[in-house]
Amino acid sequence: MWRELPRLVYSLTLQVIKSKSYFAIFSLEMDWAIDLLLLKSRYLNLQKQFHPDKFLMKSSLEKRLAMQTASLINDAYDTLASPLKRAQYLLDLRGYDAQPERHTSCDGLFLMEQIELREELEMIEGQNQNQNTCKDLSERLGSFSTKIQHRYESLQNDFSESYAKGLLDNSFSVLGKMQFFAKLLDQVEDLESRLIICD
Amino acid sequence: MALMQIAEPGGFPSERRQQMRAVGIDLGTTNSLIAVVEDGAPKVLPDSNGAFLIPSVVHYEKDGDVLVGANAQSRVLTDPLNTLSSIKRLLGRGITDMPRLGNKLPYEVEVREGGMPTILTRYGPVSPVQVSSEILRCAVSAGKAYFGSEIDGAVITVPAYFDDSQRQATKDAATLAGIKVLRLLNEPTAAAIAYGLNESEEGIIAVYDLGGGTFDISILRLTKGVFEVLATGGNSALGGDDFDRVIADWLCEQTGIGPSIDPSTQRLVMTAARSAKEDLTLAECTSITTLGWRGVLSREHFYKMIDSLISETMRTCKRVMSDANVKSNQIREVVLVGGSSRIPLVREKVNDLFGCKARSELDPDQVVALGAAIQADNLAGNRQSEDMLLLDVLPLSLGIETMGGLTEKIIPRNTTIPVSKSQEFTTFKDGQTAMSIHIVQGERELVSDCRSLARFDLRDIPPMVAGSAKVLVTYEVDADGLLNVSAMEKTSQVVSRIEVKPSYGLDENEILRMLDDSIRYSKDDILIRNLREQQVEADRLIEDLTSALDRDSDMLTKNELLSLQQSIADLRIFRAECSDHNELSVRIGNVAKTSESFAERRMNKSIQLALAGQTLEALEKG
Repeated sequence: MWRELPRLVYSLTLQVIKSKSYFAIFSLEMDWAIDLLLLKSRYLNLQKQFHPDKFLMKSSLEKRLAMQTASLINDAYDTLASPLKRAQYLLDLRGYDAQPERHTSCDGLFLMEQIELREELEMIEGQNQNQNTCKDLSERLGSFSTKIQHRYESLQNDFSESYAKGLLDNSFSVLGKMQFFAKLLDQVEDLESRLIICD
Repeated sequence: MALMQIAEPGGFPSERRQQMRAVGIDLGTTNSLIAVVEDGAPKVLPDSNGAFLIPSVVHYEKDGDVLVGANAQSRVLTDPLNTLSSIKRLLGRGITDMPRLGNKLPYEVEVREGGMPTILTRYGPVSPVQVSSEILRCAVSAGKAYFGSEIDGAVITVPAYFDDSQRQATKDAATLAGIKVLRLLNEPTAAAIAYGLNESEEGIIAVYDLGGGTFDISILRLTKGVFEVLATGGNSALGGDDFDRVIADWLCEQTGIGPSIDPSTQRLVMTAARSAKEDLTLAECTSITTLGWRGVLSREHFYKMIDSLISETMRTCKRVMSDANVKSNQIREVVLVGGSSRIPLVREKVNDLFGCKARSELDPDQVVALGAAIQADNLAGNRQSEDMLLLDVLPLSLGIETMGGLTEKIIPRNTTIPVSKSQEFTTFKDGQTAMSIHIVQGERELVSDCRSLARFDLRDIPPMVAGSAKVLVTYEVDADGLLNVSAMEKTSQVVSRIEVKPSYGLDENEILRMLDDSIRYSKDDILIRNLREQQVEADRLIEDLTSALDRDSDMLTKNELLSLQQSIADLRIFRAECSDHNELSVRIGNVAKTSESFAERRMNKSIQLALAGQTLEALEKG
C-alpha cells in the first residue's frame, strides 16, 4: 500500500509545462476563438498514436507512458472543447483564480437578473408538483431553456471579443456570468431528465 | 487461414510479428460465447457439442467434478442447489445488494467476511468469481480446440454500466481461469464494432442492449474507423431474467402455490415461464402446463406485465440522449443487441423513441462476441490497418467522501477514458496526522446511496494547523475502466496509493491460492504456462528493443548503446536456457529497467514528431 507515486513529470507533461498551455498540444493559437473542427481532428489524430490500445503489445513502461499521455490528451481536449472551461483555462493561465466557487459578482443588475431567473425556474419546478400536464410543462421548460441558451451564447461572444482586445478584468467578469448561466443550464437539464419520468 | 509468419533462423521478424491467438469472449448472464477472426472476418466458435451458445450454468457434481454449459443445464431441475445459473447478477456485488438480489436466487447464498457473497454447494462455498471462471474456462476450451494450442489473450466483454467492482471481479475471474485479458470491452461498444466494420459507417448510432440480466444503452459517433462513445447508461440488474420472473410470479398466483416454494419447484416454474416468453415472441398467445395446472397467457397480458420494465429502459435512453447532447432525429440508426431485444414490444418502443432504422441483421445473441473478436484481433496487432480507434467512457461518476457523508465528484460520468484527475483536500482539525480516504461510485449526493469501492488511510502527515496541509488525491482510470487512487501530502511528500479492488474482489494472493487449490489444474500445467508466458514476454521485449535500436540508436550514448545491446544478448541466451519462470521474470524486469530512459526518450520524440506534424499542417493551411 505504501508505494511510490509514478514520476509526476512525463514527456508530454514536460512539453506542456514548457509551453504552459494545452493549446500547444493541438498546435492552436492561445485564444478563446478556436476552430473546433480542427481541434477535434487533431485530438483524434493524437489518440490514434497514443491511445493505450496502440501499446498493448509493448513493455509495461511504454504502456504506462501511453496511458498517462492519452489521459493528458483527453483532459486537454475536454478543457478546450468546452466554451466555459476554455475561458476559465485562459484566465487561469493569466493568473486569475477562475474557479466558479471563488467567483462572486458585485454587478447589481446582474444579481437582480440572477434572482429573477432562479425564481422563474422554481416556478416551473413548482408546477411540476401541481400535476400540470407534462406536455405543457415541458414546453415551458423548453422555452426557458432556449432563452438561457441564447443569453449564454451572447456572453460567450462578449468573452471572445473582450479577451481578444486584451481586456482581462472585463473578461473575468463576463466569465462569472457565463459560470452562472452554465450552472442554470445544468439545473434545467436536470429538471428535464426528471420530467422524463412522467411521460 | 491467414499466412503465419516464420522468422529467419536466428533472426527476428523486423516488422510483422507472428499472429497472436486472440479471442473475444462474451460472458453473459444466460449464455456465453467465444469468437475469433479468421481471414479477416469474425466468427463464433462451436463447443464440443457443436453449439455456439454456452449456457452460463455451472453444476457441482457429487464426485467433485464440475460441469459447465449444456451439461450443467440438464441438472437445473434435478439438483437446483448445486446448479448455478445467472451468476453474473452476483458478480462484484456486495452485502448491500443482497436484499435486492438474494431472495430471488434459487440457491443458497451466504455473505462472507469482507462483504463478498458466496454460494453454498456440496463442493463447499464458491464465489461468483470462481463460478464465472469455470464458464470462462469452458469457453476458452473451444478456443484451444480451434487453435490446437493455448490462446494468447482475450478481450472479455462487460455491460457498459458495470461499476468498478463488477469490472474488477470479471478480470479476477479471467485471471483465475488462466486467461490473459487484453482488454475489458463494453458490450454495446463491441456490438457497434461488429456493425461498424462491415461498411465504412459514418454518423451517430445508438446501441440498445437488453440481455439476460443487464440493460445498456450507448450512443456513439462513428467517423472513419473511430468509435467514439458519447454517453452510456443502463441497469446492471434488469434483463430477460426479470421478464421470466414476472411470468413465474403470475404462474405461482394462478396455480395457487405460495411465494415460499422449494428450489426445484421454483426452477420448474421459471423454466415454464421462460418458454412461454419465447413462444410469445412469435405467437399471439401460448398455453402453459406446469405443476398440474393448464392455462393460457396472451401476448397482450404479457406486455402489460412487463410494460413498466420496458418503460424504465426507455427513460434511461432519454437520459443518455440528453447526456450525449443528441436529439433523436440526429441518430441515424439504432442497433438491437441481446436476446430480449427480440420481444416485439421492445422493438416497437425502440422504433417509437428513436424514430429511425433499427438494425438486427447480425444475430443479437452473437454480435457482442463478434465485436470482441475483432477488437482482440486489432489489439493483438494482427490487423493490417492500424487506423481503428475506440474511445470509451466512464459509465458512473467517481467520487470521494467529504465531511457530513457527502460525495464530491472527482470524475463525472461519461468522461472519456483513460483519464486522470486530481483534487486538493485539507485537514479538518489542528494537528491531524492521518486522513481517511473513502472512494465511492455513483450519481447520488449521499455517500450511503453510492457504491463504496474502497477505503484507505494517508498517515504520517506532519501535524499542522487545520486547513494548512495540502493533500492531493489523484484518480486514474485506465482503458479497461478500472480505477487506481493515490494520495499525497504535498508539503511532506507523504504518499499512499491503492488499487481499488479489496471491497468485493479477491486480492492477488487469494487468486493464487485458489489457482493452487484448483484440482483440475495440475501444478505442472501452471508452471509450464507461467514459463511460456514469460518466454513470450522476453521475446516481445527483445524484439521491441532490437527494432527500436535499429531506428533510434542515435538517441543513446556509445556506452548506453553497448550496455543495452549486451543486456539484450544476455537475455536472449538466458531465455533459451532458463526453465524457472520467476528467474526469467526478474531478468526481463532488469532489462526493461535498463531500457526505461531509452523508452522515455523515444516516446518523447514521437510526441514531438506528432506535434511538429500538426504545426506543419497548420503552416500549410495558414
